[in-house]
Amino acid sequence: MNRVALSLSLATKPLWWEFALWAFLLSLPLLLPTHALLISEITIIALFAMSLDLILGYSGIVSLGHAAFFGMGAYSAALFAKYINPDPLLGLAVATAVTALLGAFCSLGVLRGSDLTRLMVTLGVALILQELANKLDFITGGADGLQGVVMGSVLGQFEFDLMGQTAAWYTLSITLAVFLLLRQVVVSPFGFSLQAIRDNALRAQAIGIPVHARLIAAYTLAAALAGMAGGLQAQTTGFASLDVFGFDRSADVLLMLVIGGTGWLWGGIVGAVVFKSLHSIISAWTPQYWTFWLGLFLVLLMLLGRARLLRPWTWGRRA
Amino acid sequence: MLTLLFDGVAYGMLLFILSIGLAVTLGLMNFINLAHGAFAMAGGYTTVLLMQHAGLPFLLCMPLAFVFTALLGAVMEATLYRRMYNKPHLDQVLFSIGLTFMAVAGVDYFVGSTQQLVQLPEFLKGRTELWDGALGMGHYRLAIIAVCAVLTLVLQLLLVRTRFGSQLRAAVDNQRVAAGLGIDVNKVFLLTFAVGSGLAGLGGALGAEVLGLDPIFPLKFMIYFLIVVAVGGTSGLTGPLLAALLLGIADVAGKYYIPKLGAFIVYSLMILILLWRPQGLFSRSGK
Repeated sequence: MNRVALSLSLATKPLWWEFALWAFLLSLPLLLPTHALLISEITIIALFAMSLDLILGYSGIVSLGHAAFFGMGAYSAALFAKYINPDPLLGLAVATAVTALLGAFCSLGVLRGSDLTRLMVTLGVALILQELANKLDFITGGADGLQGVVMGSVLGQFEFDLMGQTAAWYTLSITLAVFLLLRQVVVSPFGFSLQAIRDNALRAQAIGIPVHARLIAAYTLAAALAGMAGGLQAQTTGFASLDVFGFDRSADVLLMLVIGGTGWLWGGIVGAVVFKSLHSIISAWTPQYWTFWLGLFLVLLMLLGRARLLRPWTWGRRA
Repeated sequence: MLTLLFDGVAYGMLLFILSIGLAVTLGLMNFINLAHGAFAMAGGYTTVLLMQHAGLPFLLCMPLAFVFTALLGAVMEATLYRRMYNKPHLDQVLFSIGLTFMAVAGVDYFVGSTQQLVQLPEFLKGRTELWDGALGMGHYRLAIIAVCAVLTLVLQLLLVRTRFGSQLRAAVDNQRVAAGLGIDVNKVFLLTFAVGSGLAGLGGALGAEVLGLDPIFPLKFMIYFLIVVAVGGTSGLTGPLLAALLLGIADVAGKYYIPKLGAFIVYSLMILILLWRPQGLFSRSGK
């Protein structure tokens, strides 16, 4: 085996601690039964952050409107459960498929142009969808949110309970499945070609990588997974409201990913856990002004350099 | 009909003054500054607080708003922004979002989250009707148009006729060569950033009555400033000016004729324009 193949195969093999960590995460609803609702909440945003990582960390597309897909998934899942079929897995599949279509359509907007153009297009899509959900109030409930969503039981066996046990298991298993899928994706030739595009699109094209096709595929996949996260949220809470499209949500998920580290699948999970913990600590202390401290944290993080957050021993040095 | 056009032009001029600083930062330093709206808000609040607490007249507050925000901009540039110029766009975006969040929460903490009202002086309050009411012009909006038009002319002259203007244009075209010719690029950056922030502050002060002023101002109008810059391009004053006017008229007309779809039209239009010409509608060439 030559060196390239060896290093590639090293990257593809799951490490022992990943199994241990996943086993630990899956057992969390048993260990902390009273926090099951929080567990599913964090799991959902971790899945959301992972989907953003695929386009931001692996493909280098800066998006300020990833919540568009989250919201699309949430509303699709809620509407599907309310009007067509309350089965969760079927609903999730539908939400994912709908969002994938939307993502494929929107991906045409991020192929061309500079970072600014991409920012504007992604932000614009989220705003348009929010506006639509607001105005189409006869379907979506407008500003009051979509209420009265009653979910069926998972696989016909497990009812959603008030304590959130089922919800926690459900979201954790789905997220684990997606994680395993993404692990395979990012170490496949497809994943490596995305990283090549991120590092230098011109050179990637020169060595024969179909840049546009790869970006469309990556963006569609990321959108579908974000939609899945949104669908999970709507299903576990039985509610969808306009804030699923909000700018805050897009900004927050970007921040989580940056805290956890981009271009690394665990980044989304670590970031979601850290962000949520920070959120609950600071808002317990000062509920109204927690965005100030969030902002301060962001500014300091960016001035220090985000690559150094996970390397405390470099903090003293100059950038 | 004409009244709508008039209101749209006033709105557009206001947007132009608000966003021109952003266009310069983006064109000159290639820096995506999402916190630009925070400077506008600073100008607006300077005016409101000076009028309410110090009892200064409205007209005196305008230049003070400009000066205060320009100083604020200069300090921020020298201490914070300068370190971020060479970072990737993602870092700049997050950095400026962080600043915006801080500004929003800070203003909320010190002033409160209610919308602030500006007491206009009497002579700006009236309204003139022409041609049997076909064209109704609010005096304040007329004043806004006049002020903004004068400012635009001054800026254009500054950019084209003065030594500083040539230095600025040289630095925009090619930073390294400009520095090599002995132009102190850092100083040019500092001054430009200060003037850009000052103009945003002035715009915020002028617009407090028209746009409404509350702590979420920077988030609410961020997208509008970005549209002006992204659509107008950064290669001169004309592009952003036309883009701002287009946006102002489209927004006012859209909200009047199809209130149900309001903001929807503006956003869709923006996305279509950007898909058609990713470098902006009025840029000289696709770079």
